Amino acid sequence: MSGALRLLIVDDEAPARARLRNLLDDLAPQVPTQVVAEAGDGIEALQRIEGLTVDVAVVDIRMPRMDGIELARHLAKLAPPPVVIFATAYDQYAVKAFELSAIDYLLKPVKATRLAEALCKAVRTPPAAAALTEVAEAIEPGGRRQLRCLERGKVLLVPVADVVYFKAEQKYVTARTREREFLLEESLAQLETEFAQRFMRIHRNCLVARDAVGGYERDHETAGEADPRWALILTDVPERLAVSRRLWPQVKAALVQG
Amino acid sequence: MASIREIFRTLRLPDFCNLGTWLRILLGVNGMALAAALQGSRQLGSVPGNFVELAAYVEPITFGSLVMLCGGSRWLAPLAPLQKALTALLAALACATATAFLLAPLDDGRASLPRLWLLTALAVLLLLAWFDLAARAHAPALAEARLMALTARIRPHFLFNSLNAVLGVIRSDPRRAETALEELAELFRNLMQDNRDLVPLSAEIALSRQYLDLERLRLGERLQVRWDVESCPPDALVPPLMLQPLLENAVYHGIEPLGEPGEIQVHLACRDDRLSVQIANPCGSAESGNHHAGNRMALANIRERLALFFDLEASLTTETAGRRFQVRIELPYRREGAK
Repeated sequence: MSGALRLLIVDDEAPARARLRNLLDDLAPQVPTQVVAEAGDGIEALQRIEGLTVDVAVVDIRMPRMDGIELARHLAKLAPPPVVIFATAYDQYAVKAFELSAIDYLLKPVKATRLAEALCKAVRTPPAAAALTEVAEAIEPGGRRQLRCLERGKVLLVPVADVVYFKAEQKYVTARTREREFLLEESLAQLETEFAQRFMRIHRNCLVARDAVGGYERDHETAGEADPRWALILTDVPERLAVSRRLWPQVKAALVQG
Repeated sequence: MASIREIFRTLRLPDFCNLGTWLRILLGVNGMALAAALQGSRQLGSVPGNFVELAAYVEPITFGSLVMLCGGSRWLAPLAPLQKALTALLAALACATATAFLLAPLDDGRASLPRLWLLTALAVLLLLAWFDLAARAHAPALAEARLMALTARIRPHFLFNSLNAVLGVIRSDPRRAETALEELAELFRNLMQDNRDLVPLSAEIALSRQYLDLERLRLGERLQVRWDVESCPPDALVPPLMLQPLLENAVYHGIEPLGEPGEIQVHLACRDDRLSVQIANPCGSAESGNHHAGNRMALANIRERLALFFDLEASLTTETAGRRFQVRIELPYRREGAK
């Protein structure tokens, strides 16, 4: 089955997943598909598809632990990103957002003809990953709630609310929480735009959570120089973060305001 | 004069055991007493004295009649409206006579009995006329109660998800699918029927169990329910669709967003002629705003219907204790047959 579409099905209700599988079986002669993973929520889905390639993901919106919108943001960051088709029983708000975008959706109970149409469309004219992020932002603004991190082949999810700062080190970005550091496969610039509300740039290689800053002091490394740099003191972790001279006026203004 | 006869035949009398009725009657008679005190005083300064003097007659007569009428409500129930009104009048007159005799030594026998009778009769007639008018004005609201029961309808979310779940098991477990469709039909029959009258609690519980069974098809082991209804008389009368919307709320806000199985507790108890209903469910921390709005709407709907059926005698309160959300309803225990 070389031409078969590789599918991910995510729904918290077992009968709903069964129904989709039934329909896909029925449609096999027209649209050959292969369900490579099934999951009951977003977190499970991210763990199940690790190391697999998924062409199309059929994702329910309302789920416990991690809902479909948050999952879609993570799927949009995969390389290559799967085409996401949302499924919902009744969510006028989300449906309105889909209508305005290139992202396709299915209304439950799903009709076979409609599913076939959505799958064909996904193959023929896949929407850009950016469209997915945009529609997710329209439905649930504020960026992702969690960050995906790979550790020894296992997927870990780090709540954005727990991150004190992001630091870029050569190829990777580390996210520091109160307990430890996590390696992320993202760029600092992307994180900065996604979480502009929560984090501010204090150095070429560093973003800090605005509410994690406890104060500032002269940087010890540059103490002897004529124009010493400043460093931020953080409430939850012991290390100090150097502020670049260029950004100091903005950082100071933001701290005074906050 | 058929219309006058019609009015007498359909005279709407208040429930004399209802707290709200008592409150309104007390306000009414004391208002009249105040007016009389104002009228009978030449100076404003003597109004309080006159009012207290009047109150010495007004309060015993009022309370005495109300106690008699409430205590005798069982015998009053089968009477025609006009007979009931006459009984109320006689009760008040009897109380007036008794009060006059009791107070005679304190009042130098000044109060003439016929005068007191006339005043009492006038007050009773005024109050009964007012209750009749108020009830007539309220009649459209009662029809509205039925309408609201319809708007307390099941969430589209539940309908479509349930249909989807039935389609999901129809091939693997056709029998389960059959039961589910039967339950769904029954549920909607109940939602669409005339919901103007109180229904037995046992029927309401049966309906709720069917609803939960349908939800279990979708949610499986995630939905756990603990019923505690042993100590509750099944013949108690409750507003139709009182439990089901609360359980639907509990499933939607309590169980569905939960990553692990969760338990809904339903506790029904009857004590001292009061029925208490408690429904508790787990509540997550991260709930978005519009879900809460939906919850409030369902609660406001039930609260309003309780008020239409029981006036001030019923209450609905909610509280969030730790990670559990609880709704508590208190209502008078009424039985079929009795009024």
